[in-house]
Amino acid sequence: MPGRPTVEKDRGEAQINPTKRTVLEVQNLSINYISEGKPPARAVENVSFTLKEGELIGLVGESGCGKTTLMLSLLRLLPSAGQIVDGKVFFNGKDLTTISEKELNKIRWKEISIVFQGAMNALNPVRTVGDQIAEAITKHMPDFPKDKIQGRVIELLDLVGIAADHKEHYPHQYSGGMRQRAMIAMALACNPQVIIADEPTTALDVMIQAQILELLDNLRKKLGLAIVFVTHDLGVVAEICDKVLVMYGGVTAEYADVDTIYNSARHPYTQELLKAFPDLTKPKKKLSSIPGYPPRLDALPDGCRFAPRCPVAIARCHTEQPMLHKLGDMHIASCHLVEASK
Amino acid sequence: MNRTRALIKKITWSIFTILFVIVLNFFLFRVLPGDPARAGIRDPRLKKEAVEMLRVRFGLDKQVINCFESLNPIKVGSCTVNPLDTQFFIYARNLLQGELGISYHTNRPVADVLAERLWNTVLLIGAGQILSIIIGVVFGVFAAWKARTSIDYVAVITSLMAWSLPTFWLAIILLFWGSNNGLPLAGKASPGSSALPLLQQWVDIARHMILPTLTYTIVYMGEYTLIMRSSLMDVLSEDYILTAKAKGLSTFQILKDHALKNAMLPLVTVIAINLGFTVAGAIQIEAVIFLARAGQRDF
Ligand SMILES: Nc1ncnc2c1ncn2[C@@H]1O[C@H](COP(=O)(O)OP(=O)(O)OP(=O)(O)O)[C@@H](O)[C@H]1O
Ligand SMILES: [Mg+2]
Repeated sequence: MPGRPTVEKDRGEAQINPTKRTVLEVQNLSINYISEGKPPARAVENVSFTLKEGELIGLVGESGCGKTTLMLSLLRLLPSAGQIVDGKVFFNGKDLTTISEKELNKIRWKEISIVFQGAMNALNPVRTVGDQIAEAITKHMPDFPKDKIQGRVIELLDLVGIAADHKEHYPHQYSGGMRQRAMIAMALACNPQVIIADEPTTALDVMIQAQILELLDNLRKKLGLAIVFVTHDLGVVAEICDKVLVMYGGVTAEYADVDTIYNSARHPYTQELLKAFPDLTKPKKKLSSIPGYPPRLDALPDGCRFAPRCPVAIARCHTEQPMLHKLGDMHIASCHLVEASK
Repeated sequence: MNRTRALIKKITWSIFTILFVIVLNFFLFRVLPGDPARAGIRDPRLKKEAVEMLRVRFGLDKQVINCFESLNPIKVGSCTVNPLDTQFFIYARNLLQGELGISYHTNRPVADVLAERLWNTVLLIGAGQILSIIIGVVFGVFAAWKARTSIDYVAVITSLMAWSLPTFWLAIILLFWGSNNGLPLAGKASPGSSALPLLQQWVDIARHMILPTLTYTIVYMGEYTLIMRSSLMDVLSEDYILTAKAKGLSTFQILKDHALKNAMLPLVTVIAINLGFTVAGAIQIEAVIFLARAGQRDF
């Protein structure tokens, strides 16, 4: 197929293709932040998704809706206040929430690597960037020939557009965008099966951003890399993601393949979110914003977490939490109205 | 490349610092009132000629520096001396040749006096510092790693107590403890021990060092534990530690390869300051006491 295939077709195949193996399966994950003298803050509640090899899932939602919390919990990297209270994270059949720390350390970075949100301080200031990338290789690939490690580091830096001579530099000699790219290079060092990317391109200009997205896109096509991509940019989601998980206030609002999200979203929050994003095909359309703020974790509403801001909320929404309704093979939404219209 | 340049810069700076200290120390003694030759020999019956001889012996008959005297309104001197034949030049030349001169105070070569005292100080401080650094770092690392657990609380409370104990009181308590356990309480070696075989001499010295070293260790251990703990706790909350954890490094590897080096920085600074203080302190105190006496004589 010459050029870039149209997004829709490509996605459809990836979706339905039954031969693809499931690498990551998150089941009903709930996370609380515990602080003394206060009731636990339910930062993430009952979130599920699956990721097959070569798939790219987009995770969207307003600031503070629990995206980072969810991503950190997958590798048990939460601060001590954050605790997984329910659910499972299966990686190739192993439940990462229960295996020993030692076993988990073999999976961290080797199989699942993570690019943190705000990579500004994610690199150790007293060690060169090249050294820190090499560390990941020596740790997880003990058989990797010693004399080839430096070559591999240069290759990785080159992938993200960093010149070889920056290898010997310290993080403070890097710009913010370079650090973020160095983190991406480091995340690729051990050829992992899954990359968790928490807003990896926020500090990058559009050219570099496009370059990184293309790199990730290529890697998943060539190597079957599976990617969880956290972003606020619905344009990016439309362009590269196979499926989308829309979160609101710590819960799943809607989960579906990208076409369904863009063409027939059922959750009012998803619909409002799309209205708030510029659509280049209809440039005259007015953008709207959602009035109000996301719920505070210490004052969650009794009913649906979105109800106070929902333009179509009914009485029931304010008193009863909606369940996750299955609307299709690959479509879930948590809204009372969805149930009513079924 | 970067490192050599930094090193050269540091060395250059320390040379300037040492030069400054040399010049300052030299003039400090000249500017202060009092005549070392008189003050050193505390005998008013000393004949004028004898004093003069002493002055010649110490080189005090020479001009301090060319024209230095003429700056002093009281002593009006000539300005025609050969600059190479002044006290300052001779002092500087001797210093460069490792010749420290003769002590006014004890009338013995300064190098000998220094070596003797310095050796004692270095032995004591060296042993004490090494012990307190090792114990302090280990305790500090444990406390930070197990922050807010009982291990941490015990370490913090012990350190705070050790740090705030008055040194003399601690020394007295240790003296009691030592005397009950048959440890030598004073001196550097038992009288007559120099007749013993070398190994037993060393054991004897080591036994004499136990009490002072212990005092020193306890006092500094507390400080180092607290500094190490707080500095390591800061480092452990940094983003790059989370990166290291995500990379699958074990706790030990994280501490060793990512946390300790960064956390040691404040500790190294304090250790260097402490070392400087104790060594220089011992010497300065000698000097100050001597100066004070010299000054008193004159007024
Ligand atoms: N260490 C913590 N202790 C207590 N609460 C926390 C902690 N970290 C995050 N939270 C709370 O958990 C919620 C989710 O935070 P999280 O960082 O996951 O949001 P996010 O979706 O990643 O936001 P953003 O888009 O701004 O990165 C927020 O309400 C936040 O206040
Ligand atoms: Mg976040």
